[in-house]
Amino acid sequence: MNELRVDNLHVSIGDQKIVRGLSLTVPRGEVHAIMGPNGSGKSTLAKVMAGHPDYQVTKGKITMDSEDLLGMEPDERARKGLFLAFQYPSEIPGVTIANFLRAALQARLPEGEELEATDYYAKLYEKMELLGMDRSFTSRSVNEGFSGGEKKRTEILQLAMLQPQYAVLDETDSGLDIDALKIVARGVNMMRGPQLGVLLITHYQRLLNYIVPDHVHVMVAGRLVRSGGKELALELEERGYDWARESAGEMAVTR
Amino acid sequence: MKPKVNAVDIDRNKGDFYYDVAYTQDAGRGLSEKTIHFISDVKEDPDWVREYRLRGLKTFLEKPLPTHWASKDLEAIDFDKIRYYLAPGTSAKRSWEEVPEDIKRTFERLGIPEQERKFLAGVEAQFDSEAVYSNIKKAVGEQGVIFVGSTEGLKKYPEIFRKWFGKVIPIADNKFSALNSAVFSGGSFIYVPPGVKVKHPLQAYFRINAESFGQFERTLIIADEGSEVTYMEGCTAPKFETATLHSAVVELVALKGAKIQYITVQNWSANVFNLVTKRGLAHEDAEIKWIDCNIGSRLTMKYPGVVLKGRKSRGEVLSIALANNGQHQDTGAKMIHAADETTSNIISKSISIGTGRATYRGLVHVPKHLKHCKNNTECDALLINATSRTDTYPAITVRGTGNAVQHEASVSQVSAEQIFYMQQRGLTEAQAMSLSVNGFVNDLVRQFPMEYSVELKRLIELEMEGSVG
Repeated sequence: MNELRVDNLHVSIGDQKIVRGLSLTVPRGEVHAIMGPNGSGKSTLAKVMAGHPDYQVTKGKITMDSEDLLGMEPDERARKGLFLAFQYPSEIPGVTIANFLRAALQARLPEGEELEATDYYAKLYEKMELLGMDRSFTSRSVNEGFSGGEKKRTEILQLAMLQPQYAVLDETDSGLDIDALKIVARGVNMMRGPQLGVLLITHYQRLLNYIVPDHVHVMVAGRLVRSGGKELALELEERGYDWARESAGEMAVTR
Repeated sequence: MKPKVNAVDIDRNKGDFYYDVAYTQDAGRGLSEKTIHFISDVKEDPDWVREYRLRGLKTFLEKPLPTHWASKDLEAIDFDKIRYYLAPGTSAKRSWEEVPEDIKRTFERLGIPEQERKFLAGVEAQFDSEAVYSNIKKAVGEQGVIFVGSTEGLKKYPEIFRKWFGKVIPIADNKFSALNSAVFSGGSFIYVPPGVKVKHPLQAYFRINAESFGQFERTLIIADEGSEVTYMEGCTAPKFETATLHSAVVELVALKGAKIQYITVQNWSANVFNLVTKRGLAHEDAEIKWIDCNIGSRLTMKYPGVVLKGRKSRGEVLSIALANNGQHQDTGAKMIHAADETTSNIISKSISIGTGRATYRGLVHVPKHLKHCKNNTECDALLINATSRTDTYPAITVRGTGNAVQHEASVSQVSAEQIFYMQQRGLTEAQAMSLSVNGFVNDLVRQFPMEYSVELKRLIELEMEGSVG
């Protein structure tokens, strides 16, 4: 099955349980949004999917196109087609965006095969243009001294260059003004299609005006408490997370 | 990402081999006056050289090991077990065909003849104690440039050689310069006549083949007025069980308006004690630049320096040290300002991996009576693991007014988040580390000649692959 699938996932950091029995399926070709208040475990879910070493998965599984992800190193997951746009991307001093992306693409080629430099730069410049990025950006060190908007745009540029099968976007809208948000949304919309499954993680409904999801899930206290169509986001915006929390309470009681 | 250009192609594994060579001249183990006479007899030294050696021996024996400020690890060197002179008994050949087969094979495996064809103006290859090959391109030789081994230099060109030999680094400079003065053999002698600009680099390659051996090459480069020259040296040794000693002395003299650039990429195996003294003397308006990359060895102690003797002379040291597990890179720079309007620049970057330790030791001296001198010192350290260590000992003494000094130091660490971020883009942990390290040295490496920056990048990748398990 071409889907990114999370089954009854439980995640802890130290003694603290953060994700408590979460299940979710994102088929390739669909855009799913997870909304939730601060501290609901949204970002943890994203990091665990990518294989961050700080978290322990105590139960459950994650598969990508039926392949078990949890047994793989982070880089193996990435090469198999999973991309995470970070909420707080790291700075890599002295490593230019051009060199970094080139190394990342080279890492996906079979041993002994060499990335074709002219094709690479042509593609890079094309994607940058679509994202409204100046070419001089390629020679800047990755994320070093970047504004919040520049960082997020660079994440989307990497997404566009690496062309994964599944992309998890962790709070990509945070810290963006409306113009930057539109550019980022345009980038994601450009890549939408049958070959890509997207999981958008966001606190605010705002982003979903520009990237319209196929499904919306509400996450509270480490679980999905509600799932529905795009109208769920609007309802949530109107009624607030307390409403969702109450639902979670109900669920806990009825369980 | 594999570099496309691969002109200087040495790596640790590539250097890890040795051949059983029939040494016809062997001074045996240990050091005494007998050793000195053996060396002087074999080399047919003039009397002044024999006397110089004996003075070197006396000074060496008198001076204590500098353990009061440097590493106690120096005590692990057993001077009685070391072999101080080993040679296959042939003179340096002008063509590779004439070099004895087993020795030629060594240098072919290291890719030296190939590089000579590609981009060098001249090559000298030293095998243990003696140069086995020495050649300079015809066009360069016709300009009057001299590029020979030190033994040949002191015999054929005594008037220039003797004028400068031991003047920049006297016997008693330190215990190891004294040792070198006693038993020196091999190394290069270069003279560039006034106004001659040697376009392509001259290269020397120093190879240790024998176990428990000490290599003591001695290099003297004189750039006459208005001339320019770039010299590069590379070094390797096999991984032996016992310690090997490499203790060179390198003296540079840049006369009025001359420029010397001296580039080192050392890639010693982890049993080598690398204790080297390097210093240049810059006359009026002259420029001396040391580019120094230290990878490998058990302990390296090396502080290239420039004595800024003439007005408006310039000195520069750009250095990179990589200390891997169990290694100690004790490196730095010395800038002695001795005239007005002299400038010096020191940029040092060190990387410590695992239990590796990098130490920066700097000395900048500007006496009170000088005017309009400038120094800039930057030393940055990168720590890869929690067990890695770095220390900085900058000694800057600037007296008087009207002199400007700038000093910056930083220590940074490759963070787990940074590695995770890079892994998420598909790079393995080792690739991520080596990219971070390359990023750290990038602004400095950009100033290196292309062939060397490519090689250095590859060496860093190899070191990182080996250190991430």
